[in-house]
Amino acid sequence: MASLELIDVRKTYGSGHTEVVALDHATLTVGDDEIVALVGPSGSGKTTLLSIAGGLLSPTSGQVRVGGEDITRYTNRQRTRFRRRRVGFVFQQVNLVPFLTARENLLVMPRIAGRRDRAVLERADRLLAELGLTEQAHQLPATLSGGERQRVAIGRALMNEPALILVDEPTSALDTRLGEQVMQLIVDEVTSRHTAAVIVTHDPRMARFAHRRVEIVDGHLHAPAPA
Amino acid sequence: MSLALIELRRRPGRFAAMLAALGFLVVLLLLLGGLLDGLYRGSTGALRAQDADLLVLASQSRDSLLRSVVGPADRRRVAAVPGVRTVRGLGVALVGVTVPGRDEVADGAVLGYEGGVRGVPLPPRPGEAWVDRRLRADGVREGRRLLLGRGRVPVRVRGFVDDTSYLLQGGIWVRLGTWRRVLRQNRPDAALGPRTVQGLAVRVEPGVDPGRVAAAIRRAAGGRLEALTVAAAVDALPGVQAQNSTFRGIISVTLGIAGLVVGLFFALVTLERTVLYGVLKALGASSAQLAVGVATQAVAATLVAFLAGGLVSLGLVALTPADIPVELRADRAVVTFGGLVVAALVGSALSLRRVVRIEPASVIGGA
Ligand SMILES: Nc1ncnc2c1ncn2[C@@H]1O[C@H](COP(=O)(O)OP(=O)(O)O)[C@@H](O)[C@H]1O
Ligand SMILES: [Mg+2]
Repeated sequence: MASLELIDVRKTYGSGHTEVVALDHATLTVGDDEIVALVGPSGSGKTTLLSIAGGLLSPTSGQVRVGGEDITRYTNRQRTRFRRRRVGFVFQQVNLVPFLTARENLLVMPRIAGRRDRAVLERADRLLAELGLTEQAHQLPATLSGGERQRVAIGRALMNEPALILVDEPTSALDTRLGEQVMQLIVDEVTSRHTAAVIVTHDPRMARFAHRRVEIVDGHLHAPAPA
Repeated sequence: MSLALIELRRRPGRFAAMLAALGFLVVLLLLLGGLLDGLYRGSTGALRAQDADLLVLASQSRDSLLRSVVGPADRRRVAAVPGVRTVRGLGVALVGVTVPGRDEVADGAVLGYEGGVRGVPLPPRPGEAWVDRRLRADGVREGRRLLLGRGRVPVRVRGFVDDTSYLLQGGIWVRLGTWRRVLRQNRPDAALGPRTVQGLAVRVEPGVDPGRVAAAIRRAAGGRLEALTVAAAVDALPGVQAQNSTFRGIISVTLGIAGLVVGLFFALVTLERTVLYGVLKALGASSAQLAVGVATQAVAATLVAFLAGGLVSLGLVALTPADIPVELRADRAVVTFGGLVVAALVGSALSLRRVVRIEPASVIGGA
């Protein structure tokens, strides 16, 4: 079954002669337990694609389905609820809540959803352990290294057991060994819980973990010829 | 604990400027309120303590007990009005009080009465007085003698009573005969006949409308008497209404400023938090959740500022000389806190639109 379906999606910013076509005729299907690497030059529409897939933006035209749920015409409120329940985002810039510890940053997700039970605390601790952050669990972001912060952001994205994981250029702050470990964690999540993931990356070591590579140029998607 | 409160606790420095400004306004509000209460209660206690439905004064007195004279014939007419249950005579003399052993003369209000005063026992024996606790600051002690007025009429202090001042002078409650003596020896020109009083405290029969009795009293006295409710007589005291409206005006403006302080602070803070709020929205937080967070911080900051400002106010009042009539009261504190919370909520609501309009997509956007 498909976890993510983009059908002929177009996204434009602005209007009139300032209009920018960020995405055009974008059609992409990602199956559950599939990881897709999205590659393309800067300004080609990668973030826009992730934003539409994750319900942050509505497409100008076309259709978006996540886990069988058609989110194309969702209202703001519906999209907010959808993101809370179904999507795990790792943003291009690591945006942790600065006054919360690493562990508390993970617990922001259940907090937003109004959950605070044993299970979420256990999940947070397990994710921290898998991300190699147990010792840093009670540190504030300011005292963490860039790589540690990025891992906290990944942990946060996995907290709500999302149907779709969207990661925007994660490698910048990850050294190789940990980067691979973190990618392995995402792979495990995707395969063990029938989740789809789209990962924007330039790093071939990251792309190696993906099942498939999709290229994007000027808002157009291209599946590269099999190597 | 909510994110908003965690932030307040972990980063108090960010809120310091607002807390300081709010704390200062709290002190201002509590001292203004305390002064208003002190002035009001000190001016009106003797009248408010009257356990009466109506206060009957001479029409010519323009509603002032001090200027009023009511003779025995009018008193009989009032007593005969249907619906009148009890009539008690009242008289007042503002005098200097000499406390033996003290150089300074204190201000007192000698009140002649026949009972029916809440918190004041029945009239003491001739030559004795129940004295308002306010006069303790002037050295008055139970069992000691006081000399009233220029005639130096001696009275012995039977005991203390509370909240019975008249025009900011401590009440000295004596039987009517003692009051007349004070008046005679103090102001021979103003001496009154043996049965004459200045006002009548009237209670009506149960179930009878005091307004109708008041009208009947006016008719029975052929227009020589005016009958007021006690509340109206309190309002008619010199300065009371002007004080109330002036202080209320200043207090309202101060509350408005508090709202503005909170409003400006959160307007700035919301700008600073655009990215944080955008991220939280991207993760699925609703605008309502974020707005509740802002309001929570506003109320919590108000509480902190109120506690700090309250302590400072208590300290300042303790240092205030006794002749400044400032009274910090729990009911005033509660009302002040309520007013501040409302002001803070209104102020923080000014940021609501900004919070709602933050677009998560544009905040987390590209590199
Ligand atoms: N909010 C926006 N308003 C206008 N243009 C935008 C906005 N966001 C992105 N764009 C434009 O859309 C195109 C795609 O941007 P983006 O999806 O961020 O690309 P990438 O993530 O691949 O660098 C770029 O030309 C960019 O300038
Ligand atoms: Mg981008």
